[in-house]
Amino acid sequence: MDLLSLFVKSIFVDNMIFAYFLGMCSYLAVSKNVKTANGLGIAVIFVLLITLPVNYLLNKFVLQPGALSWLGPKFAEVDLSFLSFILFIAVIAAIVQVVEMVVEKFLPSLYSSLGIFLPLIAVNCAILGGALFMQQREFANVGESAVYALGSGIGWYLAIVALAAIREKMAYSNVPKGLKGTGITFITVGLMGIGFMAFMGISL
Amino acid sequence: MSKFKDTILNPIFKGNPITVLILGICSSLAVTVELKGACVMALSVTIVTAVSSFICSLLRKTIPNRVRIIIQLVVVAMMVILVDQVLKAFAYAIDKQLSVYIGLIITNCIVMGRIEAFALGNKPIPSLLDGLANGLGYGLILIIVAFFRELFGSGTLFGIPVLSAIGYTNNGLMILPPMALILLGCVVWAQRSIDKSLQE
Repeated sequence: MDLLSLFVKSIFVDNMIFAYFLGMCSYLAVSKNVKTANGLGIAVIFVLLITLPVNYLLNKFVLQPGALSWLGPKFAEVDLSFLSFILFIAVIAAIVQVVEMVVEKFLPSLYSSLGIFLPLIAVNCAILGGALFMQQREFANVGESAVYALGSGIGWYLAIVALAAIREKMAYSNVPKGLKGTGITFITVGLMGIGFMAFMGISL
Repeated sequence: MSKFKDTILNPIFKGNPITVLILGICSSLAVTVELKGACVMALSVTIVTAVSSFICSLLRKTIPNRVRIIIQLVVVAMMVILVDQVLKAFAYAIDKQLSVYIGLIITNCIVMGRIEAFALGNKPIPSLLDGLANGLGYGLILIIVAFFRELFGSGTLFGIPVLSAIGYTNNGLMILPPMALILLGCVVWAQRSIDKSLQE
């Protein structure tokens, strides 16, 4: 698949939120205003872009059946794919920690705008979900996995900023008592999802 | 005795992890197209939550506070790998259908949330019960949503034709992802209309 269509597809057609519900918890919790939503969205793009290629290499050279053949013919039969969950999550947690320290040291302004969100991202399902989808789809090289990461990160970012903007406006509207807060947010996201479904028919 | 009862009953209704605490939404929406998948997922989450709460509670005095998140992740990931391997061995079709969402139990906020909020401060047996009850509360919502989605989306229940037998035309929208959110919104609405104290 060529890179541009993969990019567009991962933003709109396979949108993390509307097609797969990944990262829903933080999506609902942090979308009360546009400013924080913006910060979290950027942090997600950032972390996805770094962790996905690393996990891709890990999958290709350590986890896949036969991936260890570079160590010698004796290892060609080894299949470590059952370890992928634990290794992926460990890599994500470790990279998030390192990224946090690097950003704090060299880009203090970015660090203060990302704030608490950076460490929280380790347990955001969008990141682990991205890694697992990447494993399932068997991308051909690191470039494809990086483009996929960027695309799905941007898709997630668009979704959270859009929801935050709607919720800011919705604070002034007259919602039935039982629906207020959580209920109406679910329904709004559902309606947004129906809107996004318009992209589903597009084949690239 | 009433404390035990509270531990068990509270997460099922008043402190339901999905509708009240808004935890673990991702998986609850993606796996509710069919009742069968929803039941398997509910069972898996219940087992993972209960056992990892139990283990973390056993370890609670030896885990250093600073590295607790990563230790919890390792315990949870280990449980999820076990569940995944069992499913792969005995229910391969369902494992394929649930695809990445079994793996995503690791980052399911219910599991981590219960360990953080309950297991680290309580004895192993109450933690086990708390994990079980939260898993059940999660499963209950999953099954309600899956019931409506399968019934109106494919006209079947557990794969057995129910509505399609009486000439009902399937509503394809119910199968699609957005409908899960709207249904969940309605469940929240219903629950908050019954129990006014939950309203915001």
